[in-house]
Amino acid sequence: MSSATVVEAGRPGRTKPATMAQALGRALRDSMAEDPAVHVLGEDVGTLGGVFRITDGLAKEFGEDRCTDTPLAEAGILGAAVGMAMYGLRPVVEMQFDAFAYPAFEQLVSHVAKMRNRTRGAMPLPITVRVPYGGGIGGVEHHSDSSEAYYMATPGLHVVTPATVDDAYGLLRASIASDDPVVFLEPKRLYWSKAAWSPDSPSVVEPIGRAVVRRSGRSATLITYGPSLPVCMEAAEAAGAEGWDLEVVDLRSLTPFDDETVAASVRRTGRAVVVHESSGFGGPGGEIAARITERCFHHLEAPVLRVAGFDIPYPPPMLERHHLPGVDRVLDAVARLQWEAGS
Amino acid sequence: MTVQELPGAAAYRPTPPPAWKPLTDPAPLLPDPEPYRVLGTDAAADADPALLLRLYTELVRGRRYNAQATALTKQGRLAVYPSSTGQEACEIAAALVLEDRDWLFPSYRDTLAAVARGLDPVEALSLLRGDRHTGYDPREHRVAPLCTPLANQLPHAVGLAHAARLKGDDVVALAMVGDGGTSEGDFHEALNFAAVWQAPVVFLVQNNGFAISVPLAKQTAAPSLAHKAVGYGMPGRLVDGNDAVAMHQVLGEAVARARSGGGPTLVEAVTYRMDAHTNADDATRYRVAEEVEAWRAHDPIRLLEGELTGRGLLGDDGIEEVREAADRMAAGLRERMNTDPVLDPMDLFAHVYAEQTTQLREQAAQLRAELDAERPEQENGR
Ligand SMILES: Cc1ncc(C[n+]2csc(CCOP(=O)(O)OP(=O)(O)O)c2C)c(N)n1
Repeated sequence: MSSATVVEAGRPGRTKPATMAQALGRALRDSMAEDPAVHVLGEDVGTLGGVFRITDGLAKEFGEDRCTDTPLAEAGILGAAVGMAMYGLRPVVEMQFDAFAYPAFEQLVSHVAKMRNRTRGAMPLPITVRVPYGGGIGGVEHHSDSSEAYYMATPGLHVVTPATVDDAYGLLRASIASDDPVVFLEPKRLYWSKAAWSPDSPSVVEPIGRAVVRRSGRSATLITYGPSLPVCMEAAEAAGAEGWDLEVVDLRSLTPFDDETVAASVRRTGRAVVVHESSGFGGPGGEIAARITERCFHHLEAPVLRVAGFDIPYPPPMLERHHLPGVDRVLDAVARLQWEAGS
Repeated sequence: MTVQELPGAAAYRPTPPPAWKPLTDPAPLLPDPEPYRVLGTDAAADADPALLLRLYTELVRGRRYNAQATALTKQGRLAVYPSSTGQEACEIAAALVLEDRDWLFPSYRDTLAAVARGLDPVEALSLLRGDRHTGYDPREHRVAPLCTPLANQLPHAVGLAHAARLKGDDVVALAMVGDGGTSEGDFHEALNFAAVWQAPVVFLVQNNGFAISVPLAKQTAAPSLAHKAVGYGMPGRLVDGNDAVAMHQVLGEAVARARSGGGPTLVEAVTYRMDAHTNADDATRYRVAEEVEAWRAHDPIRLLEGELTGRGLLGDDGIEEVREAADRMAAGLRERMNTDPVLDPMDLFAHVYAEQTTQLREQAAQLRAELDAERPEQENGR
């Protein structure tokens, strides 16, 4: 597993190293302090502070009515959040692990995503659903799913995923403040990655929907998000030795999708590889590649390539390193960008 | 025209609703007010000595297995282990009351029940070691894969039991779930199906006090989890989950009832989780030492040992013998777990579909090429 290289935000005052988990916790705290309508609920979020300790201390500080240990029932948790939001609260729901969010899928798809549209705008649901996702932590079956494609395929939801400590804070604040429901995907293998970040000098709260160029380059663009960002940064460094000057775009938001930033980058470089660890077939990469092709066809020097997890159920931990797209697989794809028609 | 002017309105007198009676008489379904016990009561004298000794041997073995598996997490040989120490009486009774043709549907914590049912102790750990999702053939042992998403296995048990009955087989399914799992929708749907279909299923809830950090009082407001049975139309039984004899008796009765066409039963075993949720959990964050100590005094092995020694069925030598046998089992487990499993990365593509798809064939070729490219480097490195 590659070490998590996190790009520093480069803003003044960021000196103390903090983890992504701490930044997420701080974002929850600040949101709750600012707005009494913000409530956190989920399994083990109170006394324990969540199995990843993201909600640590919130119950103590804000009381158990604002940070609530619920019965163990994901459909019930999200369904209750719908009612809470209908009555004016802003629930933040924690799902314990990616694959345990599936019981709540019906509430998400049938109600959370549709309520604004169904009520012609009369009843928006400002719910944030936090889901730790992805592999690389040696979890047993059902603890490493990448479910973003299911969420992306559901109109009415925002789908957001930070890859840096700074964005973890800024994007979670923005998600909670959003009047639309947000599925906030937390790359759990980056929870403990550190970056110079100080909770005392608040991060810029980015509007949802903007990608960012993490590294500029001229010869090709790597388009990625969440857990695959550190992989792409490392690949970009390594590619330099072979004469490739790679640009890396971190999407941050999958829905809405930042066509502008992506297209501008690909027009500059003429080549693109989409990198993610969820399965390739029917995965986010297909949609992204299609959009790039539609917008940048005349600028492309090669087909848009995808580097993704294999099209298999997430494997047991002893085999996951063969499944997860790593630096070598990204570099192989970059090499294939030397594409010649007919080859 | 007002209501009064309706023809015949003046003659109307409010009538009582048509006669109502409950679909099922709730009284026989209600659980006992206190968890049912045998050990420590006069009834213990009637228990069969051979059964007591059998239960005792399995309990000691089970505890040793839990201790060994926990030690293996510290050596990095297991990714994770959810110990069932303190709950052995439930685990063992669940396995022993079943016939060979019956099926066990364990939760993720029930490795011990699966092993007591005859699974290879190493194969039972595959999921938790991380080499396979399931290390055994469920059909061979009639043990469903250890189930991680909570309560999902319960409707499966209902379906299997129903299918067996449709085929005319007198097979029973015993499905296990934790107290936390009873809050999931699947638990409620499973109970409802089972009762409506009169499926031969026994639901065993191990109420060990906590779902990770959440205590029972935050999980349910019901008088007991066994009471939940009544609402679905099946009997609920409340048992002392640390009393192996009571567990064996109550589960045995429920299995017999199911087998003879009497329908499902919900059994709540009141027990305690002595260890943390898993080796990765810190239980001091949510529970107090006094509570653990109080339960330690009601230890399932001590309870049974007391009965056996009190009746002169077991002496120091016998205890020593049982412990030594358990130690030998643990040593064997340790030794076999200390060799790395031989894994073929190409297995990633095996068994995704009955027939390989074109895409997976391509991806397999890609991985094969990557592995071939890696090999010379590794060999040079040696
Ligand atoms: C559907 C689902 N949600 C959440 C989890 C995460 N999780 C694993 S074990 C556990 C607690 C289970 O408690 P309980 O049912 O009481 O069983 P016990 O651990 O006490 O045996 C939780 C919340 C899960 N495995 N499945």
